[in-house]
Amino acid sequence: MAKRGPVLTGEHFLLGDFACAEGALASGCRFFAGYPITPSTEVAERMAERLPEVGGIYIQMEDEIASATAILGAAWAGAKSMTATSGPGFSLMMEAFGLAILTETPTVIINVQRAGPSTGLPTMVGQGDMMQVRWGSHGPYEIIALVPESAQECFDLTIKAFNLSERYRVPVFVMTDEEIGHLTEKVVIPPPEKIEIWERKLPTVPPEKFKTYQTNGDLVPPMAHAGSDYRVFFESLTHDERGYPVMKADAHQKLVKRLVDKIVLNRHKIIEYEEKYTNDAEIIVLSYGISARVSKRAVRMARERGLKVGMFRLITAWPFPDERVHELSKFVKGFVVPEINMGQMVKEVQRVATDNCQIQLVPHAGGDIHEPEDILEAIYQVHDGKAPRRGDLLLAM
Amino acid sequence: MQMLREERSMEFIEEEHYEELIELQVHPAEWAVRVDRIPHIWCSGCGIGIAMIAFIEALRELEIDLRKLCVVSGIGCTGRVAGYMNCNSFHTTHGRPIPFAIGLHLANPELKVVVFSGDGDIIAIGGNHFIHAARRNVDITVICVNNFNYGMTGGQSGPTTHMDGKTTTTPYGNVEYEFNLPLLAASCGATYVARWTTVDPRRLRVSIVEALQKKGFSFVEAISPCPTNYGRRNKIGDGIDEMRYYKEKTIIKNFAPLEEAEIHLGGPIVCGKFVDKEKPTFLDLVTQVIDKKARGE
Repeated sequence: MAKRGPVLTGEHFLLGDFACAEGALASGCRFFAGYPITPSTEVAERMAERLPEVGGIYIQMEDEIASATAILGAAWAGAKSMTATSGPGFSLMMEAFGLAILTETPTVIINVQRAGPSTGLPTMVGQGDMMQVRWGSHGPYEIIALVPESAQECFDLTIKAFNLSERYRVPVFVMTDEEIGHLTEKVVIPPPEKIEIWERKLPTVPPEKFKTYQTNGDLVPPMAHAGSDYRVFFESLTHDERGYPVMKADAHQKLVKRLVDKIVLNRHKIIEYEEKYTNDAEIIVLSYGISARVSKRAVRMARERGLKVGMFRLITAWPFPDERVHELSKFVKGFVVPEINMGQMVKEVQRVATDNCQIQLVPHAGGDIHEPEDILEAIYQVHDGKAPRRGDLLLAM
Repeated sequence: MQMLREERSMEFIEEEHYEELIELQVHPAEWAVRVDRIPHIWCSGCGIGIAMIAFIEALRELEIDLRKLCVVSGIGCTGRVAGYMNCNSFHTTHGRPIPFAIGLHLANPELKVVVFSGDGDIIAIGGNHFIHAARRNVDITVICVNNFNYGMTGGQSGPTTHMDGKTTTTPYGNVEYEFNLPLLAASCGATYVARWTTVDPRRLRVSIVEALQKKGFSFVEAISPCPTNYGRRNKIGDGIDEMRYYKEKTIIKNFAPLEEAEIHLGGPIVCGKFVDKEKPTFLDLVTQVIDKKARGE
């Protein structure tokens, strides 16, 4: 067989999970540590097959805690690294995510969401980890999470995830789901020179002046690697610019504020979403991942019935596009929010739409995708003014 | 002045330099220590510092480049070692230094990667990582300071606490069997296994030198007093008393059958080098696969 390089330029009929792996390889990822778990296993399998072809390292760890920790070590040795998992494994990884956030370690995590809680429905779809990715590790923080809706986007957004993680020195999550992960469809892989890759910023100061977290007024410090002329100080305790532990509230305030600010203040450069028919829309369906694809069908059905319905698809789930959703809330009768959980991202819509319009959740506990008819029915609820407003929900509690 | 101090500290080899060092007030370990982090947090009478000095002396002997050295620790008293070393210092989360170290090592095999942490960190919460790293024969060195309890959190029982041992969470005596670390490491496939107490820093240093040179998973257990917690609660006495106790109980028996290495309260402590063998490492085997692929096989 001809030797395959890291970028498989061309048109492929590719599994979503495989597309994530190919996106990683095209980004320069050369270290993968993982633990098999349905429905993300194909990402690991693809990496196990492909990494040796490009001189990279695949290691299957003893559990997800070890996997998510090993990729951090690899990042500090200079590699671009990744792991992939699903619900139960994602829960185990929360500790390492906190470590990555506090130590500003760039890495990428693919979460192929399945139906939970607990072991739940291992082989069936869910979108129940959307809040867990945002809040699951302890303490205050900001992360970046992207949601693909196709195999093509599994490829594209994994590259984007690597780029964002290198630029902002933060773990970036690709929050796909079982349906998208197990969907085989056309994926176009461009030639390497057409793929934009962002590399991490390295320090340039003389070694004796080096401090591991010296920001020089920027929000993101350059990152030194172990084995270079700089001696790294990596600290899971609250630390100062040198990386040295400081057990003081004001040092903690300073550090956490910068970690939050580097995402929040750069949100306009990070956030991406897709809008369709929102110019004249009276009702907007806001969704993401596989649910957005079903929603698009429902929007078409509504349009055929003469309803002015638009589509807003989250590509970046976190940070949430507060400003744009707030703006839209001023002009529409309401939002319809289908998601395969009992109401997670809808809470963000409620938060930013305030009392401007109605908000109708279309929940699904998981195991299957929505019927477009269920979404259409919710559209009619809003159309008829029967969907709740934020204030109504607060009163009902 | 700082440069001179570091140079003098690095040059220190024989006792003939003692007087000059004393005059300059330079500690012979200064070349390898982040001096701006001293004083350390350890209690007087603790053995972690002795283990760290034995490690630094081993580094000096092997002329290891501190820029290529990674010391990875977890959480606990021994977990502070990484942060005092003037190399690449990694203070990770509780129990996770081994998987972190594996990532460092595999992503850049030119690094010398050492895990330096305590028994609670490596054997209790990190026990699963320990056994699998040994099984894979990952080329890292693990130095485990064993003080038979969780010192930093005030002296709770752990998997190395002796049966009947008194800790804050075993006020009536421990009712669990103790882990035998050399037996555990050896049975999981470690290619180098040794144990010494901190009463014996020279033999400890020799073992660390051998462990650092070993290609494969090497393990050195350093048994340390914990006068503030374990020694006091078990009426062993202060640091000196505990050192005397270890000296009295130590039996040196290289390549002893590892069942004999079990430690009971008041019983003998079998020390020595127990395993020293060769076999391909995880990276050797992975590299073979990569090379095959590169040849188009």
